[in-house]
Amino acid sequence: MVLLLRDLFRAALFLITFFLGIAGLYITLQADFLAAVQVLIYVGAVAVLILFAIFFTRQVQQGNPPNRFRWPALVVAALVFIALAGVLANTPWAISQEAPPAYSTGALADALFHQWVLPFEIASVLLLAALVGAIALGKEE
Amino acid sequence: MAVSLQHYLVLSALLFSLGIYGVLGRRNVIVLLMAVEILLNAVNIAFVALSRFVVPAVVTGQVFAVFVITVAAAEVTVGLAIVMAVYRRRSTVDIEQIDLMRW
Repeated sequence: MVLLLRDLFRAALFLITFFLGIAGLYITLQADFLAAVQVLIYVGAVAVLILFAIFFTRQVQQGNPPNRFRWPALVVAALVFIALAGVLANTPWAISQEAPPAYSTGALADALFHQWVLPFEIASVLLLAALVGAIALGKEE
Repeated sequence: MAVSLQHYLVLSALLFSLGIYGVLGRRNVIVLLMAVEILLNAVNIAFVALSRFVVPAVVTGQVFAVFVITVAAAEVTVGLAIVMAVYRRRSTVDIEQIDLMRW
């Protein structure tokens, strides 16, 4: 629906529903902190940004037309799905019987600040760079 | 039937292929960015599902998912800034008309 709707605004609302659905899936996977992060960042920031951009670049005649590559794109997407789903469903995963931690926040914080602290710091530098870049690109001449 | 790992992974593959169709087959640049968000969420599901079923005690998949969310947020910001800059100049968001760098 996100990709096929003509009205871009409705497509963005479906994207918000998509993000909320993914957050629900995280909760079923015992990733409660990640679900909260997903709602906060994706619904709260990314979707709002996309809505801003849609209102800013409103083109009511065209909306959401398909490309001239739509049939090759459909074929490629179908091939990718068959290959991926085939491999993923037929691999013998070593499923363990342990229980995941009851509240994932502690385990996530342990991992983020002990083992993965360097990517964490680099991610904050990345966010700074994105901020500066977006401001620089958004300035009017 | 119990929801097993394969269900989550097939869902992730389905969302990934839908995102690929969106990136390749749509004209509006903002729809492209939304399709990229679909792609990133699909791989996040795969990360978290694999982490929960294969190594539940160590939440490595969720750590990676946090980083993917971070990178996605940064990328959407810069991408939309570029879209707005291009729109200001060319008054269009149709990628078939923004072919300044094509041969």
